Amino acid sequence: MEHSETEAVRHTAHTYHKAEFIFALAAFAVALFLLSQSGSQVTWSSSKALVNQPGFWPVMAIVGMVIFGTGELFVSVRRFRHEAEGAIPTELFHWLRAIEYAAWFLIYVTIVPIVGYLPTTIVFCVLLTWRLGYRTRNQLLAGALTGLAVVVVFKSFLSVKIPGGQSYEYLPDGLRNFMILYF
Amino acid sequence: MEILGSALDIILRVDVILALLIGSIGGVIIGAIPGVGPAIAIAILLPATFSLEPVVGLTLLLGIYGSAMFGGAIPAILMNTPGTPVNALTTYDGYPMTQRGEAPRALSLAYGASFVGGVISVVCLMAFAPFLAKIAPLFGSREIFLATILGMLLVVIAHRGRSLAAGALLFFGIFLESIGLEPVQYTKRYTFDQSWLASGVDLIVLVLGLFALSQAFVLLVGKDNPVKPPKLEGGLFRGLREVFRFPQIAVPGAGFGTVMGIIPGVGEFTAQFLSYTWAQKISPNPERIGKGASEGIIASEAANNAVPAAAMIPLLALGIPGEALTAMMLSVFYVHNIVPGPNLFRDQMDFVMALYLCLLILNFLALIFLMFATRPLLKVVSIPNRFLGMAILTLSFVGVYSLRNSMTDCVMAAAFGLLGLVLKRLDLPIVPIILGMVLGGIAESRFRTSLPRIDGVLDWINRPIAAGIFALIVLVLLIHIRALLKGRNAAAMKA
Repeated sequence: MEHSETEAVRHTAHTYHKAEFIFALAAFAVALFLLSQSGSQVTWSSSKALVNQPGFWPVMAIVGMVIFGTGELFVSVRRFRHEAEGAIPTELFHWLRAIEYAAWFLIYVTIVPIVGYLPTTIVFCVLLTWRLGYRTRNQLLAGALTGLAVVVVFKSFLSVKIPGGQSYEYLPDGLRNFMILYF
Repeated sequence: MEILGSALDIILRVDVILALLIGSIGGVIIGAIPGVGPAIAIAILLPATFSLEPVVGLTLLLGIYGSAMFGGAIPAILMNTPGTPVNALTTYDGYPMTQRGEAPRALSLAYGASFVGGVISVVCLMAFAPFLAKIAPLFGSREIFLATILGMLLVVIAHRGRSLAAGALLFFGIFLESIGLEPVQYTKRYTFDQSWLASGVDLIVLVLGLFALSQAFVLLVGKDNPVKPPKLEGGLFRGLREVFRFPQIAVPGAGFGTVMGIIPGVGEFTAQFLSYTWAQKISPNPERIGKGASEGIIASEAANNAVPAAAMIPLLALGIPGEALTAMMLSVFYVHNIVPGPNLFRDQMDFVMALYLCLLILNFLALIFLMFATRPLLKVVSIPNRFLGMAILTLSFVGVYSLRNSMTDCVMAAAFGLLGLVLKRLDLPIVPIILGMVLGGIAESRFRTSLPRIDGVLDWINRPIAAGIFALIVLVLLIHIRALLKGRNAAAMKA
């Protein structure tokens, strides 16, 4: 029995990071802000019971966020003092670093309708592969092939709804239709 | 028998068989790559399946869902890194066996146990289906409303040590679902006068952000972890036979997986833990379990692979998903105007049976594939993490952009991706947000439908099934409070 309890601990144990406090604080602030907007962001009718109000459901959810958020904030402060590990600035730096890749993603999304899915995807994969530090010829080729495979599987075979790029308009007639349809 | 015949008619088509084959093999491969997992694959593929017929799309997703855990055992055993989170317990016994030079035996034990778990679970559910077809129509709006409340409660409680965060995130999910025009009086809710918020937050955008993009970000900001899997020497059939020498572990393991899979919010982890504890109890050498024993692998894998089929029960019978993957599948049903719930079991039993047959067949496909393709798969297992992150980022675009070709969706998905990254890095749960959004929507509509027939609070529970679910809610709460008090007392004693 003792052995199984050890397994249970191994299985359910959490490590707590000090930055959880930052998250709990932000979540609590968001919940309070949303609650403060409940007068203007939903319609309240004086002739209806509370449960029939259009705003009942979102406000009930926000009240839940506030209640659980308060508890989480309280617990995260206690953990911050006693058992949490890690440095907050380092963790915040990791969160900020992810913004760079979110920007890569959004730039990619912006360019696809202009340049076209196939060329943008191949260039995106190669550039990102380079950015990640994989710079040998084989690694860059692998990046390009990944991009090509994604386009062929999804656009050519599965026909997902991604419009042809504006640049395809400059291609000769037959090739243009083919590119718009499959790439 | 007649139903079985028409179910066979549904699946004996080239496109369905192809979807099953691609899904099963794809699921095994995806499961074998640490850092990907079925949730991400299903999130990315969801929009692509909308253009397919419902049975084809669902078969593809079911194939991935049902076979990913087969593949997840490979890195768990060979590299001490679970391919999917639910293969974590497999590392306890699988990796020590690899260190002793018994990797092929450990792998085949895992494959065999997964197969037994999967098959037993599906057979149980097929046998149970006629009974469910009788019970399901007894669920009216208030019963389904109470069942969603029970599901939400279980989701929060299941996150031990994180219940408060899980609760806050669940309510955040419910809030997200309520944004936009409300469906009865068409008044705006929390749109802040922004037109792009009027149609609300799309579930698929949320899922792709929280699962796929967040995982891409996690991998991209992380470091590569170059682990070379060991060479496999020897046949893979030895362990397969060995599984059948431990029916006292494999069969109860599958049973735990089946029962736990049906209960929303509980799933593979609890099933595995119960199965593992059972194996320790009945093994003549319990001290060996956790140090490279066959029983440990069988217990873990039989239980976790029995869950997917069982998790389809609340989804198909009541329209209530119990975890994130079935929540995603719900959107495929909705897109094709198929409403899972009591009527599906009553009116389209052959369709339900066809899905179960697919789940049964995929176990055979996954096993056969793994017996012959494990060695080439080892190359896929060792793809660098950051390169995978790049691939997931590229694939996420397909999922988000193909929905409505909307830049707004992409920005929202990226924002949810950043939120997901923060949650993952802090070891906070993501699933409550998804389930909050799905269950919140179901609960609100059922709540509103029930209201005209409710005069007092007791009317909510004046029908036997509603009263039974309410009793379960109270029981679950009491058990949880008792466990909390017990834990607090134990901590006080320790201090």
